Amino acid sequence: MTETITASGMSPAVVALFIFVLACFIGYYVIWGVTPSLHTPLISLTNAISGIIIVGAILVTGSEGATSLEQGLGFIAVMLASINIFGGFAVTQRMLSMFRKKEK
Amino acid sequence: MLNANTLAIAYLISASLFILGLKGLTHPSTARRGNYLAMFGMGLAIVATLFNPVVQNYSLIFAGLVIGAVIGIVVALKIDMKAMPQLVAAFHSLVGLTAVLVAIGTFTEHAASGLVDGVMLVELGIGSFIGAITFTGSLIAFGKLQGILSGNPIVFKGQHLLNLVLGLATLVLVIQFSQNSSITTLILITVIALALGFLLIIPIGGADMPVVVSMLNSYSGWAAAATGFTLQNNALIVTGALVGFSGAILSFIMCRAMNRSFISVILGGFGGSDDEESTAMQAANQGVKSAAVEDLAFMIENANRLIIVPGYGMAVAQAQHALKELTDILDEKGIEIKFAIHPVAGRMPGHMNVLLAESDIPYDHVVEMDEINPEFSTTDVALVVGANDVTNPAAKTDKSSPIYGMPILDVEKAKYVFVIKRSMRPGYSGIENLLYFRDNCSMVFGDAKEVCEALAAELKNS
Repeated sequence: MTETITASGMSPAVVALFIFVLACFIGYYVIWGVTPSLHTPLISLTNAISGIIIVGAILVTGSEGATSLEQGLGFIAVMLASINIFGGFAVTQRMLSMFRKKEK
Repeated sequence: MLNANTLAIAYLISASLFILGLKGLTHPSTARRGNYLAMFGMGLAIVATLFNPVVQNYSLIFAGLVIGAVIGIVVALKIDMKAMPQLVAAFHSLVGLTAVLVAIGTFTEHAASGLVDGVMLVELGIGSFIGAITFTGSLIAFGKLQGILSGNPIVFKGQHLLNLVLGLATLVLVIQFSQNSSITTLILITVIALALGFLLIIPIGGADMPVVVSMLNSYSGWAAAATGFTLQNNALIVTGALVGFSGAILSFIMCRAMNRSFISVILGGFGGSDDEESTAMQAANQGVKSAAVEDLAFMIENANRLIIVPGYGMAVAQAQHALKELTDILDEKGIEIKFAIHPVAGRMPGHMNVLLAESDIPYDHVVEMDEINPEFSTTDVALVVGANDVTNPAAKTDKSSPIYGMPILDVEKAKYVFVIKRSMRPGYSGIENLLYFRDNCSMVFGDAKEVCEALAAELKNS
């Protein structure tokens, strides 16, 4: 791959590492704040958002030069990630709507 | 078509929405909004990607999206809440498989156009490796939770050595792959990882499932992050890191709640399924008091406060709906009722909370361990429904006990303790629960659901 050097002189891999490490810190603090009673919805929500991998699946499937094998792999990947996204959000929504306060 | 910078901004917004979405889970009142924010973030990321100039062919993408959406939504709406742990495991396996497919597809496409370098090959190898482990590991976890596979740990001689060898072999292969750029090597890495995922989860017993579910949650995040490195896509990197850390923190919380190290859980062999009968316990049967439902109803009637301790047994017996009825009756009578939740009660983090919420028990009645423990000493009646080890005072007093040091619910401090249980069989750790031999403790033998229903009926009529 052609290494495009950014103005800072960092290679893209280092930039990616930079972002990754900072995101880990955000994850650390955000997740500790989640109330234990919502740990199951937390798992299903993180599951839904890990469906973001669909971005990779779309790029594989839709690439101009994709062979039919690659398109096939990509299609399955898009479908699986889509199950995750829609299923994950829907089941999270279903669970969260059950958490109700006492009706006064 | 969007240029690279516009795309990057769109991904930045999605990643921010994911962070805010997770932040919403800080409290049940903001949680639904959090879920909507995350949905919006995902929609934005997908739409932006569709406008990436690289994407030329749309029909298959839309077909995949639509088919996946239909399957996902139907499953999510139909699934029984008690099957939530298995559903989550199944979903994790999909992320894993997607990561593998994306890694292989990306490799062949980039290799064909000569766009691969050593760094990218290493990232691809790692992405496919983590994805494959997540895939088979989650399938095994699914099988164990669904009851297709035995919940007992499957251990054989040299298991850990084999895992180590396979791990080292992968390392060598990844290095080799970064130099030879051969699809065969990539597939070999993937196959080894598939085997490793299987081998890593089979030795882990049913009771350690909360850790396994969290751990696979974490892996699915790292798989997404590794894919993000390959594609130099920051949305994937950030999201992967968030999910990876979420799962890792949950694993840590679960291990801490069992006073076990992560390593000892991974090495496995601890705890079996629930169908083991122990004879040691039968012998100890004498010296344990038993009570009838009527006795229990009478004690509750005259109590100031009732604390219910639910466990996996409640989920198995599906007793939560009867407990809801009980809650309503006691609310009406003006007797305070609370539910005490141990972090590892059930088969996944927060399992009990979801089941109680499903049966419409308001969440302000449901209290976490640290918060409720001081209240037991001023409580007249504690009722244990299908929980066992998490109430065992041996964790505090008996240094030789395998669960010594594990934080427990201080049930024994209540004035009277009642335990609903089918038999005197021990919990997953296979050890005696000293609670049952205490003077203030009585056993109510029977199916949790039937006993709770009878109890509710008794209290209603009185």
